[in-house]
Amino acid sequence: MKYLEEFRDPDLAQRLLDDIRRTVTKPWAIMEVCGGQTHSIIRNGIDQLLPAEVELIHGPGCPVCVTPLEIIDKALAIAAQPGVIFCSFGDMLRVPGSDKDLFRIKSEGGDVRIVYSPLDALQLARKNPDRQVVFFGIGFETTAPANAMAVAQAKRLGLDNFSMLVSHVLVPPAIEAILTSPSNRVQSFLAAGHVCSVMGTWQYVPLVERFHTPIVVTGFEPLDVLEGIRRAVHQLEAGDARLENAYERAVTFEGNVPAQRILEEVFEVTDRTWRGIGMIPQSGWKLRPDYEQFDAENRFDVSGIHTQESPLCRSGEVLQGLLKPNQCPAFGKQCTPQTPLGATMVSSEGACAAYYRYGRAAINLTESARA
Amino acid sequence: MCLGVPGKVIEIYESDGIRMGKVDFGGLTKEACLAYVPEVELGDYTIIHVGFAITKLDEQSALETLELFNQIGFIEEEFGAADAEASSV
Ligand code: SF4
Repeated sequence: MKYLEEFRDPDLAQRLLDDIRRTVTKPWAIMEVCGGQTHSIIRNGIDQLLPAEVELIHGPGCPVCVTPLEIIDKALAIAAQPGVIFCSFGDMLRVPGSDKDLFRIKSEGGDVRIVYSPLDALQLARKNPDRQVVFFGIGFETTAPANAMAVAQAKRLGLDNFSMLVSHVLVPPAIEAILTSPSNRVQSFLAAGHVCSVMGTWQYVPLVERFHTPIVVTGFEPLDVLEGIRRAVHQLEAGDARLENAYERAVTFEGNVPAQRILEEVFEVTDRTWRGIGMIPQSGWKLRPDYEQFDAENRFDVSGIHTQESPLCRSGEVLQGLLKPNQCPAFGKQCTPQTPLGATMVSSEGACAAYYRYGRAAINLTESARA
Repeated sequence: MCLGVPGKVIEIYESDGIRMGKVDFGGLTKEACLAYVPEVELGDYTIIHVGFAITKLDEQSALETLELFNQIGFIEEEFGAADAEASSV
């Protein structure tokens, strides 16, 4: 029980765990979609506090981890060009491309800057009219309203030295892809709270009905995650499949309507490749034709890119919940946060990085198979 | 980067036609875009993600979350990395 005292309210955590223990009668596999939840689970040892029947499968909800290698390589090619200021969220700098990362480009003389908000990149474009400022526009639905606003504002201000390398991904099509995969084991999902703050919960109703799968909208704090799991277990044991909102303090059915309006104005749905997973139809956003002039892929010649993943990295299986990070033979050996072979070892929300950071030991696959 | 951090709106103003504000994260103050939360007023709490308020939050849950995040170093992680020059406001 060494983790329990780290909860904000250890008594409440204990009561939630007791309730789960009393309720569960058979094995269930629940996927937490969001990397922030994975981080919380591993940090607080929630997976180890739960009864053995409840297995948590870590989902693909870390934008840093699923941004396709081809886009990373394009980012590297653009950032290396003279006259370019390349702006990115900090987590992206160590993500391995085919043969280097953005930090390398920076040390080789590229002007790569870490920004906190896409509006900071817009300010840089205004202050540097003789330079081309490119923002790396990645993320899920939570980040998209910020990126959409930056593009809309660039258009309004007539900034012709600002562009965005867009690689947005969407949660519901990913859940659908997981549920339709022949190797799927997931029986219930904890949906990502802040994605739902923006998009609302209504998007998930069709998934619940079509696949008869409980979906519980869940927050990020350890107690939130426990409560989400508790509700999922109750539904699974009762044979129910409902959409439940366990993060009501920040999520409504309709979501953030002003944000959805700008998203609709700036982006349109497109097929998107997810790193380690492959192409998922209609699972991303790209700029609409009205905003194409701000698309960095149009502004810079980034054709002729040949991608090459590390042959050792098994993050594709990790992202699909087929392999736990510490079952990867490279985990903690060739692959660490300082020398990541795959994107899942980079961001603190990546499953491999969370396992490493909180000291999960490597598991020898052949031994654990025998045991 | 996917984290949203709760903060208290301590100033509201307009900048280049966008509703902006200053937000206090338990001592650390940052500029944020408030365009998506027209209902938020001075003194309200919101969740800020990459410099944008995405939803309103009641005070008690905001303070509890902030305390927890401070304890486990999330606040520093979220705001610490940006290049000073690039994100000066
Ligand atoms: S531990 Fe490293 S090599 Fe193994 S799957 Fe994770 S990122 Fe890839």
